Amino acid sequence: MSRFLKRDLVILVLAAVVIAWANGDLEGLLGIPGWQSYGVRIINMCAINAILALSLNLVNGFTGQFSLGHAGFMALGAYTTALLTMDMAAKDRVFFMTPLVEPLRNLTLPFLPSLILAGLIAGLFSLVVGIPALRLRGDYLGIATLGFAEIIRLIIQNVRKVTNGALGLKGIPQVVNLWWTLGSAFICYLMLRNLINSSYGRALKSIRENETAAQAMGIDLFKHKLLSFFISSFWAGVGGGLLASLLTTIDPVQFKFHLTFQVLLMVVLGGMGSLSGSIIAAGIVTYLMEFLRIVEETHYWGSITIPGIPGLRMVIFSLALVLVVVWYPKGLMGDSELTAQGVKAFLGRFRKTLRLKGGRPV
Amino acid sequence: MLEIIDLHVSYGAIKAVQGISLKVPEGKIIALIGTNGAGKSTTLRTICGLLKPESGRILLEGQDITGLPTKDIVRRGISMVPEGRHVFPDLTVYENLMLGAYIRTDRKEIEEELEEVYRLFPRLKERSQQLAGTLSGGEQQMLALGRALMADPKVLLMDEPSLGLAPVLVQEIFSLIRRIHERGKTLLLIEQNARAALTLAHYAYVLETGRIVMEGTGADLLKNDEVRRIYLGEGEVAG
Ligand SMILES: Nc1ncnc2c1ncn2[C@@H]1O[C@H](COP(=O)(O)OP(=O)(O)OP(=O)(O)O)[C@@H](O)[C@H]1O
Ligand SMILES: [Mg+2]
Repeated sequence: MSRFLKRDLVILVLAAVVIAWANGDLEGLLGIPGWQSYGVRIINMCAINAILALSLNLVNGFTGQFSLGHAGFMALGAYTTALLTMDMAAKDRVFFMTPLVEPLRNLTLPFLPSLILAGLIAGLFSLVVGIPALRLRGDYLGIATLGFAEIIRLIIQNVRKVTNGALGLKGIPQVVNLWWTLGSAFICYLMLRNLINSSYGRALKSIRENETAAQAMGIDLFKHKLLSFFISSFWAGVGGGLLASLLTTIDPVQFKFHLTFQVLLMVVLGGMGSLSGSIIAAGIVTYLMEFLRIVEETHYWGSITIPGIPGLRMVIFSLALVLVVVWYPKGLMGDSELTAQGVKAFLGRFRKTLRLKGGRPV
Repeated sequence: MLEIIDLHVSYGAIKAVQGISLKVPEGKIIALIGTNGAGKSTTLRTICGLLKPESGRILLEGQDITGLPTKDIVRRGISMVPEGRHVFPDLTVYENLMLGAYIRTDRKEIEEELEEVYRLFPRLKERSQQLAGTLSGGEQQMLALGRALMADPKVLLMDEPSLGLAPVLVQEIFSLIRRIHERGKTLLLIEQNARAALTLAHYAYVLETGRIVMEGTGADLLKNDEVRRIYLGEGEVAG
């Protein structure tokens, strides 16, 4: 095992223990009954969002293309996972209006192959969109993926024999726990980090910087962009699958554009082209999304009633995105990574500032 | 080594290159000079496959490479220093150089090439971890040259390597080009700085509105009255 991998594993285990401990849910970490508490649920969401942000960053941040289709690929992954993991009885309970088509009705797979298939199907569709869109120069990918995600959603809404239409799917087995979500996030991170540090990753970045010059290096622009888009969509599918299993209920409305927007916010906030930035931003946005639920709920203070405004959270996040882009266009991390030396240097500067301001050094 | 036969290239209705033929023999420096908009960069971009010609043929070592995708042309041994440098600004000097060697796979050879490039441009070695976008103009030009050398090309195409550089640096770049040639490279050099280019080149072509209007050895063209008047500036003729 490489030194790198060992260090990463240590960091991961420590992080998991600390997070679980902080939430008073150590038993949750171990997958013991009663693990589905609020804190653990948020960590699960953080991990899934990290996967989504990391994978979108690969295309938008590292390769310099502009995909707006994450919600579509997530929907493909979520429905694939749901339909493959639910057993026949569960399916029959849900599909009472229009029965599910036959081979799917009988088919039940374990979670892991379902999740991998979810990723592969999302990846397959990324080729369908990517092969025509990425051959052209310019931002056709943005338009194509935006349209694609909406088409996928409409198909899901209308092909009731397979997806149960607008009613959605309920009773998806809740297989995921922290092991699954954090484990997937970790594998996703490792895979992307190794990719980015390889000569392939260097080629992706050079495409982002200057397509003509990259081409003059002998780099096949189309092949690289497509690979980046495929891997990104694969992980969006896996993320969607994990989400379906975590929530146990999915419907087409969940996969509207606001979902892509939310992931995009994490990528921009964390820094286009920074993996650690995406992870940090996924944590921040997930926690804030939970925290800001307050504004959408109705509050009663004695005789005063403050009505909650549904959708206000997204308004706040849209404003946040605008502010980040205007005031902090490089995001939290720019395109650098969080390293031990970086943290030390930051703390050093922080101390110095405290001293200069007359505060006591800590 | 490289031969172009009756090349025509257009941008829509604009005929930028109208029947150019030229030869770049192995181990020689060939210069292509001409006024702004003469079609020099267009010719170079077409050789690299970045533009598709309307008609005409491009041969590398006798093989037809006309219309091949750029990646295949680069693999066959043609490397370009593009006009205006085009380094990758947010990547380090080291990463830029390694991208130059993208088509190569032998790690040991790449390492050796890198050492070689660092020997040629010690300043790049000092700044290997610096972002290319923060280099000075001259350093960026050296990086663009070094990056092209990393591919170990058979023919190196250079589009105005001295563009926008101070006179001292122009001299430095030209002496570097000479050293690159001495290492056995075949060069096709585009230049506005006709005097320096003609001094360096074994043979040169003069391009005007997409056509070759004159050709000859560098020394001959330097003596030619018309070349002196148009490309070297009348005032300089006496000096
Ligand atoms: N992308 C383009 N679209 C349309 N016309 C172009 C394009 N690029 C170049 N041209 C035209 O083609 C002609 C030749 O341009 P080219 O860049 O080859 O000239 P050049 O000899 O390299 O000039 P310079 O010395 O200024 O670099 C010019 O008239 C130019 O306006
Ligand atoms: Mg030019």
